[in-house]
Formats: sequence, C-alpha cells, structure tokens
Amino acid sequence: MASASAKKIRPKYLSLPALLFQIRLPVPGWVSILHRISGALLVIPFAAWALYLLDTSLRSEQGFSYVRNQYLNLTLVKLGLLVFIWAYCHHFCAGIRYLFLDLDKGVDLKTARLTSWIVIAAGLALTAVLGAKLW
Amino acid sequence: MKRLVVGAHYGLRDWLAQRITAVIMAVYSVIAAAIVLKNSPLTYAVWKDLFAQGWMRVATLLFAVSLAWHAWVGVRDILMDYIKPDGLRLTLQVLFIVLLASYLGWAVQILWR
Repeated sequence: MASASAKKIRPKYLSLPALLFQIRLPVPGWVSILHRISGALLVIPFAAWALYLLDTSLRSEQGFSYVRNQYLNLTLVKLGLLVFIWAYCHHFCAGIRYLFLDLDKGVDLKTARLTSWIVIAAGLALTAVLGAKLW
Repeated sequence: MKRLVVGAHYGLRDWLAQRITAVIMAVYSVIAAAIVLKNSPLTYAVWKDLFAQGWMRVATLLFAVSLAWHAWVGVRDILMDYIKPDGLRLTLQVLFIVLLASYLGWAVQILWR
C-alpha cells in the first residue's frame, strides 16, 4: 500500500508562505492582482494627492509655481509620483484588456497570456515615458 | 422547489456601472493627457484658462463622479473578499463611502471656486 502514504491531505489550507513562494501565479494572475493593488492605491492615497495638487495649482499663481518649481522637485515627491503614474497606467491598460475580455475577445489561453505581457510592458513603458517628462 | 436566489440584479448593475464609468474615465484621461502634453511646459495662465472653461469643468466633474462610483464598486469587491467579520466590513464600507463622497465634494469645490 505504497500509494496510501502518498495520499494527499485534503482540504489543503493555504499558508502565507505557500501563497508567496509555493504557488506560481500565471501572468494573467499577475495582471489581475496588480490591477487590484493599483486600484486600491489610486483610491488611497493617490486620488487625495491628485486633488491636493489640483487644488494648490489652481488656487493662485504662487500655488502653481510652488507645485511646479518646488514641490514636484522633491525627490520623495517624484518617487511617489512615479508610483502614482505606474498605478494609473497599469490600471488603465489592464482595464482596457478586461473590457475586451468582457466582449469575449482574447479569451483563449495563448492570447490571454500574450495580452497580459503586453499590459505589464505597456504600463511600465508609459511610466518610463511620462516619468522621463517629469525629470 | 424553485427558488430565485438572485432577483434584484445588484451584481449586474454594479458590473455594468463599473465598465461604463471606466470608459468615461479612459476617454477623459486621453484627452486631458493630450492637452497637457501639447501645452508642455505648462504655465499658470494655460492651466487656469483650461479649468475656467465650462466644458472642462463639466467633463472633470463627470470624471470625478465616474471615479467615485467606479471606486465604490472596486472597494466593495475588495472588502467582500478580504474582510470577513460583518461588523468590521460594514464599518469600513461606510468609511469608504464617506471618503469617496468627500473626494467628490473637494473636486466640486476646486472646480467652482
């Protein structure tokens, strides 16, 4: 009865280390969880931050030049803005992919994997282009 | 026995709303980015004039309303997935509704000052 000892234990509860290191998430899974994480980040803190920037820059000429010439030149602010830009771009690109999936376009495995890579690459590329403009 | 488990179509309505608001925000994002990049480097005069125009204010308000609605559906999904105790989840849901409504109020204040 060698097979009895190999009998799998069910149900299998997932521990955090198992979730992090044992299970390999396929690329569409990465797009999905990053879509969720970027969405959460956009609600807190980035939407509030965008409102602060819009408020200050539209309030007065001084406010505008402060944001433009001082605030946005701080390294920490620039790094934060880079994360903001990435979150926006990734959420945007992944969102467009989901809209197409909803319309039954690109649902076969091969296409779904390909478009997942494209979404991840496009998010990073857009971040690089817009980030370069910022610096 | 026939039982109608899902009758009110909350799911479908939210799902559809999230997609429609996504399209609205995507269109606005592309237009806004094009305007900013075309006028780069941005000056205060251009920035102020842009948001002084009626269509831009209305479009931005439409964006803000879409964002609040879209974010609410997303936040609710996340809370339903990860926060199991009902009391805590309800509390967080209320807090997020207040937060998103505050964002909207702030946006209106900025646009019509």
